[in-house]
Amino acid sequence: MNRFAALLDRLAYEPRRNAKIRLMADYFRATPDPERGVALAALTGKLAFTNAKPGLIRTLIAERTDPVLFEMSYDYVGDLSETVALMWPAPPKAAPAANHPPFLSEIVEGLEVLPKRDLPGQLAQWLDGLDETGRWALLKLITGALRVGASARLAKTAVAALGDIPPDEVELVWPGLTMPYRELFAWVEGRAERPETLDPAPFRPVMLAHAVEDEGFGGLAAADFAAEWKWDGIRVQAVSGRSLEGERVTRLYSRTGEDLSAAFPDLVAALDFEGALDGELLVVREARVQSFNVLQQRLNRKTVTAKMLAEFPAHIRAYDLLTEGGEDLRPLPFRARRARLEALAARLIAGGHDRLDLSPMVPFASWEALAAARADPAGAGAGPDAAAVEGVMLKRWDTPYLPGRPKGPWWKWKRDPHTVDAVLMYAQRGHGKRSSYYSDYTFGVWTAGEDGDVLVPVGKAYFGFTDAELLEIDKFVRSATVNRFGPVREVLHAPDEGLVLEIAFEGLARSTRHKSGVAMRFPRVARLRWDKPPREADRLETLEALLRSEG
Amino acid sequence: MRPEDLLCPSPKGLYSPAGDFYVDPVRAVPRALITHGHSDHARRGHGQVLATRETLDLMALRYGANFAGATQALAYGESVDINGVRVTAHPAGHVLGSAQMALDWRGLTIVASGDYKDAADPTCAPFAPVRCHVFISEATFGLPVFRHPDAAAETAKLVNSVGLFPERAHILGAYSLGKAQRMMALLRQAGHAAPLYVHGALTEITDYYEAKGMALGPIRPVKGVAKAELAGAIVIAPPMALTDVWTRNFPDPVTAFASGWMRVRARARQRGIELPLVVSDHADWDGLTASVAATGCEELWVTHGAEDALVHWAGTRGLRARPLHMVGYAEEDEDAQAAAEGEPPPAAAEGEAEAGAGDGAP
Repeated sequence: MNRFAALLDRLAYEPRRNAKIRLMADYFRATPDPERGVALAALTGKLAFTNAKPGLIRTLIAERTDPVLFEMSYDYVGDLSETVALMWPAPPKAAPAANHPPFLSEIVEGLEVLPKRDLPGQLAQWLDGLDETGRWALLKLITGALRVGASARLAKTAVAALGDIPPDEVELVWPGLTMPYRELFAWVEGRAERPETLDPAPFRPVMLAHAVEDEGFGGLAAADFAAEWKWDGIRVQAVSGRSLEGERVTRLYSRTGEDLSAAFPDLVAALDFEGALDGELLVVREARVQSFNVLQQRLNRKTVTAKMLAEFPAHIRAYDLLTEGGEDLRPLPFRARRARLEALAARLIAGGHDRLDLSPMVPFASWEALAAARADPAGAGAGPDAAAVEGVMLKRWDTPYLPGRPKGPWWKWKRDPHTVDAVLMYAQRGHGKRSSYYSDYTFGVWTAGEDGDVLVPVGKAYFGFTDAELLEIDKFVRSATVNRFGPVREVLHAPDEGLVLEIAFEGLARSTRHKSGVAMRFPRVARLRWDKPPREADRLETLEALLRSEG
Repeated sequence: MRPEDLLCPSPKGLYSPAGDFYVDPVRAVPRALITHGHSDHARRGHGQVLATRETLDLMALRYGANFAGATQALAYGESVDINGVRVTAHPAGHVLGSAQMALDWRGLTIVASGDYKDAADPTCAPFAPVRCHVFISEATFGLPVFRHPDAAAETAKLVNSVGLFPERAHILGAYSLGKAQRMMALLRQAGHAAPLYVHGALTEITDYYEAKGMALGPIRPVKGVAKAELAGAIVIAPPMALTDVWTRNFPDPVTAFASGWMRVRARARQRGIELPLVVSDHADWDGLTASVAATGCEELWVTHGAEDALVHWAGTRGLRARPLHMVGYAEEDEDAQAAAEGEPPPAAAEGEAEAGAGDGAP
């Protein structure tokens, strides 16, 4: 456990993705089975403990420390698990040689089988056997607060790195595996065959598109490509199959393979076909696609209520068909897959299926014609659903479905984003590579205050700029600082002095968390407007008007 | 006769009415005893300064040879008489030359310990508890959450990280006097034999440690070294340099920081540290309480840090204790805090201050 704790400790401080993978891979390489498999389960969020509540931890520490010193310490540290981990008195030196540092696997097994009344004593014994970091990790683990910034996908990528195996391959076999994943490690280390996938509804790594950049289509021929709308929902993969016992298993996955089924029981229940399809999850009311803001209201809920199911009915608009009735269609060209998808959708809809429809094709003869359609989706076939169109997707008619983001076959061409001219108000230092740069920016727009116009913050952006622009802003922040709050600097933002940033964003939503009452989607710095005095930046009224028009 | 007639707090620092001198005064005074060379304890401009030879030398390095009107060196175990008060220096184990000052007067002994630690340190003489009536202690880490782990194990974390990321530079933040040289010695003990690169702010003091006979292995100034050569290297710099534009000259650096403050995660995270090493030159909670007990004192005075917790602890042991609410100390740590916010520390000694813009860029 101490070794695993040291890994968690290091991961919690490490901002770089590749470094996190290295750290995890190093741990998996150096740790034997079954310990590493249990660690993998912990890292991929497969462990859940319900018996250990903060109250129990408070009781344990109260029995062992002076209450005044505990309160002073808790007040200083600010985190219960951490305070207890640090204050926990070392057991008497003479005592237990039997008290070897517990293994993670021992702890996980113990927590599963222990009767509740034995938990305090056992937990105390484990804590006695661990060092400060070990105690911190154990307490975080059992209270379900293990946040070290490593996703399940990253942990699987680290496993793949043990051998020369693409992470997507691990993703493919993953659904059929259980803790402690012996067969998985054996396979990636080249000691055994690839584990069989027994899961009747496994996730298949998705195919992603590159963005069409400013340079446009260069030598690409319009006739080689199909176009369809890019819908502004959540990219999902719906998979349905039958288990060996003949039971139907249907799952809804996010594009990273996260299982979303529990959040969309209405949709899962309605999907009645054999196969795997790629599509967009949307809220559709009275045959009209709702905006992303509406979908988000359903996404943000922890539990699914009947009222929500009725008010926010979930649909899938199908893009692609990956398997059908046990046949893998991915090697087929898009043209063939599209024909199979159209046939399947027609059958399902004819059979009364009302939760699934087909994403329509956008006919075009030239890039100019497509540009016109992209500029006016309502007039180019999207009709009343145009507000939910994010742009157009281009797919080569002749390419198979390839996992990852291969360059060439698929392109996304988004509609021009909204933009607003805002004034830089605060800047914060970034992390990792950017720790010496002020790279996170809070910006505001003008609104009427008690004594004339004031700036109100409307968002935060930390990308969109080039490396050269980052240097310029960093230099400006350092020279125009008027106040410091820890790692944050307030910069000069007066009507005639300050920096105007052109902020691009995808949409607006009402927000009670922001003083301005609005929250932006994907805000980023589009341009630096050194030429523009802050007084000419936009006003909050402009955003409010946009909010009304977006519904 | 009260202890306060021998030593009492005053706005300029601890003052001895009987001997007419100050201990670690924060402003210029006619006569001062200096416990150690850190800038919050050792200030310039005093009339006469009594300290260990090492402390006097370090002050001269930082402030120039004319940092005081006159100086007098006192070796560990040696005594001098000042206006009837006998002053004896004892090792404090904090940094090279650090001393506890024991004051004897009319049968009463007060020990002003300055900053101290009871943990092993290859770069200075070990702390020796002194029997006394009144013990004056710091409480920088005076909360029971501060238990410094084995320094060798913390050092191993850095060495292992270099092994795991051989293409990255590891920049280790460490106070320029004491911590930096202790980390060099610890790295050598851990078997790291490669050259250690140092920021310009560290070279003079490190040279002094070496001149005093400490073997710190190959130490090289980082200034002028090609970026590619620093892959897999450990570079030691004052804490404030860690967030400076200076760090942009290193290959994908891992930022480490050796400090007792690294025990608390929020503090490490707030400063953007990626590899916190809990290595401190101050006593931890167990060290403070054990040291106080070892002096056999009847009364405990607490100068700076988490005074309330240590005073509370003394109360539970039936030991009379009072906080002195001294101001102006622990700035060596506060400096680092201010530096994390990108701000030149107001009271910074030259040694730290020059770490700022531009120095030592490779």
